[in-house]
Amino acid sequence: MSLPVEKTADPTVSAARYARRRALPRRLPVLTTLCGLLLLAGCAGDAPSALNPGGAGATRVAGLWWLLFWISVAVFAEVMALLVWALVFRRGNARVRHGQPLRFVTIAGAGLPFVILVAVYGVGLRDLAALGDGPGPDAPTVEVTGHKWWWEVRYQGASGATANEIHIPVGERVKVRLRTDDVLHSFWVPQLMPKTDLIAGETRETWLRAERAGSYRGQCAEYCGTQHAHMAFLVVAQPRTDFDAWLARLDAPAREPRTDAERRGQQAFVQGTCAACHAVRGTGAAGRVGPDLSNVGSRWSLGAGAVPNDAGHLGGWIANTQTVKPGNAMPPQPVDAAQLPDLIAYLRSLE
Amino acid sequence: MSTTTTPPPGVSEQDLARLAEHWGERPSLRGWFSTVDHKKIGRRYLVTAGFFFVLAGLSALVMRTQLARPEAGVVSPQEYNQLFSMHGTAMIFLFATPMLFGFGNFLVPLMIGARDMAFPRLNAFGYWVFLFAGLFMWASLPFGAAPNNGWFAYVPLSGEQHNPGLHMDVYALGLLFLGISTTAASINFIVTALKLRAPGMSLNRVPLFVWAIVATAFMVIFALPALNVDNAMLFLDRRFGTHFFDPSGGGNVLLWQHLFWIFGHPDVYIIVMPALGIVSAVLPAFTRRGVVGYPLIVLSIVSIAIISFGVWVHHMFATGLPQLSYSFFSAASTIITIPSGIQIFAWLATMLLGRLVLRVPLLYVIGFVVTFVLGGFTGAMFALTAFDQQVTDSYFVVAHFHYVLIGGAVFPMLAGIYYWLPKITGRMYHERLGRWAFWLVFAGMHVTFFPMHLYGLFGMPRRVYTYRSEPGWDGWNLVSTVGSYLLAVGLLLVLVGVVHALRRGRPAPPDPWEGDSLEWATASPPEPYNFPVLPRVHSLHPAWDERTAESVRAGATADRILSDGRRTLVTSELDAHPERAVQMPESTLMPLVLAGALLVFFTSMLFAWYPVAAVAALAVAATIAVWLWPSRRPDEELGVSG
Amino acid sequence: MSDGGGVVAAATGAEALSTELPVGRSAGWWGMVMFVATEATLFACLLGSYFYLRFQYGPQWPPDGIGAPELLKPLVMTAVLVPSSLPVIWAEHGIRHGQRWRLRSGLAATMLLGMTFLALQATEYAEKLKHFTMTTDAYGSLFYLITGFHGLHVLVGLTMIGWLLAASLRGGSFGSHRHERVRNVAIYWHFVDLVWVAILFTIYLSPRL
Ligand code: HEA
Ligand code: HEA
Ligand code: HEC
Ligand code: CUA
Ligand SMILES: [Cu+2]
Repeated sequence: MSLPVEKTADPTVSAARYARRRALPRRLPVLTTLCGLLLLAGCAGDAPSALNPGGAGATRVAGLWWLLFWISVAVFAEVMALLVWALVFRRGNARVRHGQPLRFVTIAGAGLPFVILVAVYGVGLRDLAALGDGPGPDAPTVEVTGHKWWWEVRYQGASGATANEIHIPVGERVKVRLRTDDVLHSFWVPQLMPKTDLIAGETRETWLRAERAGSYRGQCAEYCGTQHAHMAFLVVAQPRTDFDAWLARLDAPAREPRTDAERRGQQAFVQGTCAACHAVRGTGAAGRVGPDLSNVGSRWSLGAGAVPNDAGHLGGWIANTQTVKPGNAMPPQPVDAAQLPDLIAYLRSLE
Repeated sequence: MSTTTTPPPGVSEQDLARLAEHWGERPSLRGWFSTVDHKKIGRRYLVTAGFFFVLAGLSALVMRTQLARPEAGVVSPQEYNQLFSMHGTAMIFLFATPMLFGFGNFLVPLMIGARDMAFPRLNAFGYWVFLFAGLFMWASLPFGAAPNNGWFAYVPLSGEQHNPGLHMDVYALGLLFLGISTTAASINFIVTALKLRAPGMSLNRVPLFVWAIVATAFMVIFALPALNVDNAMLFLDRRFGTHFFDPSGGGNVLLWQHLFWIFGHPDVYIIVMPALGIVSAVLPAFTRRGVVGYPLIVLSIVSIAIISFGVWVHHMFATGLPQLSYSFFSAASTIITIPSGIQIFAWLATMLLGRLVLRVPLLYVIGFVVTFVLGGFTGAMFALTAFDQQVTDSYFVVAHFHYVLIGGAVFPMLAGIYYWLPKITGRMYHERLGRWAFWLVFAGMHVTFFPMHLYGLFGMPRRVYTYRSEPGWDGWNLVSTVGSYLLAVGLLLVLVGVVHALRRGRPAPPDPWEGDSLEWATASPPEPYNFPVLPRVHSLHPAWDERTAESVRAGATADRILSDGRRTLVTSELDAHPERAVQMPESTLMPLVLAGALLVFFTSMLFAWYPVAAVAALAVAATIAVWLWPSRRPDEELGVSG
Repeated sequence: MSDGGGVVAAATGAEALSTELPVGRSAGWWGMVMFVATEATLFACLLGSYFYLRFQYGPQWPPDGIGAPELLKPLVMTAVLVPSSLPVIWAEHGIRHGQRWRLRSGLAATMLLGMTFLALQATEYAEKLKHFTMTTDAYGSLFYLITGFHGLHVLVGLTMIGWLLAASLRGGSFGSHRHERVRNVAIYWHFVDLVWVAILFTIYLSPRL
């Protein structure tokens, strides 16, 4: 379990309970097994599973899914029953001439499906409307910008920025405004909210609301080039007070270096090539090509989910990003070996 | 119950000799390149598309190997991206459609009782273009310049700025090139089915497979232009700095998506429709009765073809368009499942009221029903916007489309291969080998793609070259990979079966299955002129019909033998009343030359050798001019009065 | 396309039975109609793209700096191109009656009109290119793509007509029993004319509405 920070609820337990609540009639042992299989797999290994929702939007859709799932099981059973009937009782070789059961075909193939489809279409519209029912104008607003291949995160009313990590207060609807700096991306947090694409030249909006504190993995879901695979992010839902504190820190200057190594690291950072692309609040570094690093030490990962955030990986990242995340937009840096530990120390200290 | 033996009683030895002389082609190198025989061309389509299928399938195996474990390094991200793009593009454009067109080419003239396609030379041309366009696209892979932006190539990522190099030029030009072939073949199918049907084959006696091919061809006619416009604009944007898709220059990136899917959605039915036609064609032989509900199935085919133009936005449910438009496209996508339901239940009814003969083709049809229905259900789920927004661009979608593409198109194709192999090659396949292959393919397919539903729901996006192990997708991916190897072994056995049949197979009688349509009423493989006597059709199941059989026996009229020249009969569109006998063209190298000139044109466009391209364009015009140049005839014959 | 000689063979061949029945649409006719149908869809997609981009762009259209297009020249072009269908019709009717001179002179007249159209379009381009090009903005891209693509069709149509003319001048090509090629080219030419009207409306008139 290396991804999430500040995890409070155990999703495994609540998910199973949740699904049990949602599931429609499930007496039949076969179906229960099927469903159990799905869930088991869904919960094992902390999958960011759509069937393990933690927020309003995804909960709706999970409900819709189970409805569709059981209908499919029923209709599939019908089709299989007819097929098996034919296979068991209709072997033979004699030419048959009788029978044009048009009424059977029309009712089973068109009538019944039509009734089912109209019903689920209605449910689907209701859920679509619910997904579109975003927060009011005063809701906290996150400005997310997609870059190849990382997420820039800013808060309306706050000057600071972070990357690949979005903090939200639990139980509140948060507006998310989506823009892209280059190609199309798609914003997806399976446990909280279905996708919204980031469209070049336009702004899109979605919202998030987490019912319980915890962290939820999100990922870019629109193919965006070489490193589309490593364009993940984390949504951290925390109690309002924690969130406010976190947001306040986002506005304040980054933590000052305390040790000599950190000071040397800061100097190397600000005077070296790094500052051309990266910003650290309160220092001279104000580049905007790459992620803001003011709190990089406390982030869940490096390179938008490419590697865990620890000293070893950080060193590897700085020394040669291109082996860690081939093709990413940060070129290999001319950092000499002596400076590297200082840089690592400094960046690790930025919480 | 074959209705003909060779020679059939209806023709004299002299007639047969004359037919053989007019239609036969002496085997020679030149003859190989110049043939216009629809059966040879159809066979070439099948083999070439099969070859592209193996290439695309092997690409998929490499992808699956890479994805077997988290953070594997079998291929680099750049290589993976080319592999999945070529896999998708080739499967859709170079395998599925051409393969089914291959069946169409071989079968449509036989099924409607004609001697060739309406435009045999155009047909040959279509094949050469298909071959060249396919090679054009695949040739880029060894150079690392293959398309790398998925099969739908969204801008701006496919634009010059984000994707320099030849990759996407190959894509745009390759598809424009290929489109010529698809359009030509479609026009040919429509006209053939309208004008060349045997006398008496009125619209209500046209085999369902032919209906399916014609509906498909109409969809191509009206859908493909959108793709062509799209690719032309992409190419102009990339090469010549236009701004169709560039927001900073007043363009719009969603225009690409709209145009692509206005083509792309009908395209998936372009793929599945002829395959469903194969199902309808195969069933009568193995259920020992005609398909239930002929008029309902025709109605379904036609309505799918029409509705399919009104659902494209369901591929754009996450782009943030207005909810009102989503509700509309959601409704249309929901409704389009109904004609499919009708067909499924018509086939089930056919099986329930028939007598099943469980041979390999029927096994594949059963596999088709099981798999396609599952894939259809997930499709119906996507039709609900809210659900689609959750699973779109995840492996759940990958599961959906492999279920419908493999279950809905590849299984019927395999059924068709086993079913028509005797007709195409004159040899029977090996039944036990066929069964083994079926079970491996069937099991492999489900082991590979069923888990994708799961890990899609568990949050795994598609088009990722690798993934980390924390999200817990690794176990399921391994299962998929194992399944894909099983599937490959199964397909290898299919291949072995075909080769075995060719080498060792028992000679096939004209009608090994007691099939119901006209291709079974002639020799296996058919003579170059298909039918010594063009039959007069009296029912929907002409090969089961005594009166139709009678029509080619003694007393067949000369207007249905047409042995003085390379001729076939043109009939009226609706009722198939004989109108006149027409002369069919002889074999010629023109189609090959024209396709070659086009290849030069597109290649020089790719490498920006514009002067060469201009010369090639002139060569194209000149070839067509010579090709169609009217032969010289005396004035009295032409009817000139001033 | 199927050889027009088939008609001849049908008329003179041995089997009176099938040839003396009333003769319907030929395969070639259907082929050309289907081809025109797909081409028309192509233009529909182009014009659809025009309106899509226009309405996505905003109120100001054409974009700043490019005024609404002048109307005089396009109207003259219309007056040249649309009537050019008449000589083709006249020529086609002529050859159906075996009058080769009508075919020849009709085709020549159409050639002349078509070439005038292209010449006018060239001067139109020369003027426009001073203001904006294909790479100026999306409007420019659309303008040149759509009109250029249509111009290309006129050129192809003219090539076809020139080809017919050459064949008919040679003699021994067309007559009352063989004129399928003439009819097919005529269909294509009418289509090219008709599309121009749609383009006139879209490119030249609609920005003024
Ligand atoms: C052979 C090809 C084929 C076929 C036949 C279908 C059939 C259908 N498809 Fe599929 N589809 C694809 C190929 C195909 N699809 C591909 C390639 C993509 C992805 C492209 C990409 O992104 O790369 C795609 C993606 C796709 C999407 C977009 C998903 C996304 O990207 O988010 C949607 C959304 O609505 C959709 C819907 C449907 C529907 C409603 C049908 C229906 O026609 C299905 C109808 C059939 C049945 C429903 C089964 C039989 C019916 C019954 C037994 C009656 C009872 C049924 C009910 C009560 C429901 N498809
Ligand atoms: C008709 C269409 C078709 C078919 C048949 C297939 C067949 C297969 N597909 Fe395909 N697939 C697509 C159409 C198709 N696919 C499309 C459109 C996409 C989307 C692309 C995109 O995102 O742009 C896609 C994407 C896609 C992905 C997702 C890639 C990604 O998003 O990153 C995957 C991953 O597993 C995959 C796997 C497979 C496999 C294992 C098969 C197997 O069934 C293949 C089996 C075939 C063979 C193995 C070859 C035949 C072998 C022999 C004859 C034997 C000889 C060989 C041996 C030596 C063994 N496909
Ligand atoms: C040319 C621009 C550029 C330069 C110079 C540059 N970077 Fe980066 N950096 C980037 C980009 C772009 C990313 C995001 C890459 C990604 O995730 O795809 C990044 C990412 C990072 C990250 C990971 C951030 C995160 O939250 O995932 C760290 C740490 C980092 N850079 C440190 C440095 C250091 C230290 C230097 C100087 C020695 C440096 N960078 C120089 C562009 C640059
Ligand atoms: Cu960003 Cu995929
Ligand atoms: Cu679709």
